[in-house]
Amino acid sequence: MDLTELHGIAEREHLRRKAIRIHCCTSLGCYASGALELQQRLEAAVIAAGRTDTVEVVGVGCIGFCGHGPLVSVEPTGLLFERVTPDQAPEIVAALDGGPCTAQRGDPQHPFFARQMLVVRRNGGRIDPERIEEYIAADGYQALYDVLHDLSPAEVIETITRSGLRGRGGAGYPTGLKWATVAKSKGDPQGAPRKFVVCNGDEGDPGAFMDRSILESDPHLVLEGMSIAAYAVGATQGYLYVRGEYPLAIQRLTKAISQARKHGLLGSQIFDTAFDFKVEIRVGAGAFVCGEETALIASIEGRRGQPRPRPPYPAERGLWGCPTLINNVETFANIAPIISRGADWYATIGTPKSRGTKVFALAGKIRNTGLIEVPMGVTLREIVEELGGGTADGSPVKAVQTGGPSGGCIPAASFATTTVDYESLAAAGSIMGSGGMVVMDAATSMVEIARFYMEFCMDESCGKCVPCRVGTVQMHRLLDQICAGTATAAEVVELEALCQLVRETSLCGLGQSAPNPVLSTLRYFRHEYEARLCDPAQTEEAP
Amino acid sequence: MQTKRGKRMALPSPQAERVAPVGDSRLKLLEATMKRHQYRADALIEVLHKGQELFGYLSPALLTLIARSLRLPPSRVYGVATFYHFFALAPQGEHTCTVCLGTACYVKGGAALLAELEQATALRAGTTSADGRLSLLTARCLGACGIAPAVVIDGAVTGHATSAIVQGKLREWFD
Ligand SMILES: Cc1cc2nc3c(=O)[nH]c(=O)nc-3n(C[C@H](O)[C@H](O)[C@H](O)COP(=O)(O)O)c2cc1C
Ligand code: FES
Repeated sequence: MDLTELHGIAEREHLRRKAIRIHCCTSLGCYASGALELQQRLEAAVIAAGRTDTVEVVGVGCIGFCGHGPLVSVEPTGLLFERVTPDQAPEIVAALDGGPCTAQRGDPQHPFFARQMLVVRRNGGRIDPERIEEYIAADGYQALYDVLHDLSPAEVIETITRSGLRGRGGAGYPTGLKWATVAKSKGDPQGAPRKFVVCNGDEGDPGAFMDRSILESDPHLVLEGMSIAAYAVGATQGYLYVRGEYPLAIQRLTKAISQARKHGLLGSQIFDTAFDFKVEIRVGAGAFVCGEETALIASIEGRRGQPRPRPPYPAERGLWGCPTLINNVETFANIAPIISRGADWYATIGTPKSRGTKVFALAGKIRNTGLIEVPMGVTLREIVEELGGGTADGSPVKAVQTGGPSGGCIPAASFATTTVDYESLAAAGSIMGSGGMVVMDAATSMVEIARFYMEFCMDESCGKCVPCRVGTVQMHRLLDQICAGTATAAEVVELEALCQLVRETSLCGLGQSAPNPVLSTLRYFRHEYEARLCDPAQTEEAP
Repeated sequence: MQTKRGKRMALPSPQAERVAPVGDSRLKLLEATMKRHQYRADALIEVLHKGQELFGYLSPALLTLIARSLRLPPSRVYGVATFYHFFALAPQGEHTCTVCLGTACYVKGGAALLAELEQATALRAGTTSADGRLSLLTARCLGACGIAPAVVIDGAVTGHATSAIVQGKLREWFD
């Protein structure tokens, strides 16, 4: 593969395309709502209407408005249809010529779409993720070409550092700095210098689906980011760790890897240079802790996914003791856009400390559920009220949970002043996390949600260190008592003390952050705890 | 699926019964997977995935076979198989119904839905009916949070699930 061939593929793809494209979302949400049958019926309807010369039906990745699926959009007219049934397929084709149509019309100018800024998701809902030609026609793999021919590894790292990109897996570690550490590491002490690049697609936060959507909608974007990273740090082998709960993502990634290999975009001598890079998929087996980087390494090595103390960090000693770069799916998805459009462009988006955009998954009691990508620094109020449209029945939002089992609940009163960036969310007692946002209304008890997360952490604790293994059970027991109304203020004091202990003494992030949902609900919703306590005086008097 | 499946099992004995009759095509497929991974120990989880896909669950005999083939101690194979929620060590029902209990589904009434289904099927979550026809399972987020609450019925995700919808599907099987 060389540049002429790459451009040739793009050109042939543009020539092949019909003037009108009916995009049918085939990502999980719409898929589950019957998108596959709809796509077939749309194809049949185009044939029946004799429009195959100018109209084509394309199965595309996530359009984002998952709660209103199956979604169909039309390019170039921009028509959007929601909750389409297969029977409405002929009407949608007729609507291309202004015919009557009973399908529910969506509004592409709705704030849900209009307020977004698409960097990572720019191809989502626009290209067929199962055809590499579509990705290449959207300038795909051009960044990899430019990197391999025009930039030294050090220059790539310098670009990523200057862009200000921080890891999207939760902690927000500066990506350029991590790459530089891996690039500097000496490699396997014995034998040939080996290094690895690992993509963390474990997405364990229940209630989050950004990474699934990216992998399903634009798998080549992630592969291209991994390849650029491998070149920058000097790795030749990559692993994509995807959770087993995501069969559709695994299927599309497998296809994408084989297509990239066939086109010489993975494998040996990529773009006729000395750069070799192979990628293998590893399927997770249902363990939240495997999202933690050292546990993930153990899992790739075929062992129980138990974390180990750091340092040494994986950047120095990771897979099989070799320097290993681990980044999140969305982090890798940011790389090609940064290379194409430049670090300076990227650095203009977001806040001074949190650059770029962030993808969030809006779920729970919110009118517009789905995926959004916004510049960092927008307020929670904008996200929940404007893009999300508040609750479906118009009742007030009570809180939003970010960061999953490691995060916290932020009350509606703080929405206007809390911006989404790493520092501001941490100051509010939560974390950015991977981007899951679950909206809650009055129907959700904050004590019960704290117990819900504690049960999750208790089940998912790997059992290696005592504070986490035993502490989560004890905290869960106390929360159970509070929920049951059998606890007194003394139990709350004990709970708080345990939170501190587990936070300070656990081995890995799972235990260290397990108290967060409790602490944040205690901070903002202590009255809900107190309302459930039994009267100590009565208990004392009881014989 | 990150399900809570029966983890209790007989310990693999040295004279474990055969996994399947000699020449069973599933054994050949399992062998092919191990060969593709050059019988490397680090492919254990991949091999367990394949074994479960082929045989439905990981029996003691199957675990012993895998341990021998990858030249791993049985304790290591058993340890890995029991660590991950995904692996079932007891046979599953002919049909499965998995209710998501992830946060988005929880907030949208997933737990209440599960309780209704438990009552309707007279099964506790994580168990299989005595006649082996149905397993009622739970999961922690399927990534379908946008259409919560989500239920997986024999591998197909149903969004905006209600007890009536799910029971309707169950009735299709059993009536
Ligand atoms: C308990 C636990 C679970 C985690 N789960 C994930 C996950 O699902 N996905 C992810 O990308 N990072 C997860 N992380 C963070 C990773 O350890 C690691 O920091 C991240 O993959 C690094 O990538 P980044 O620098 O691109 O963010 C988790 C950490 C902990 C402690
Ligand atoms: S919480 Fe149920 S699918 Fe995500």
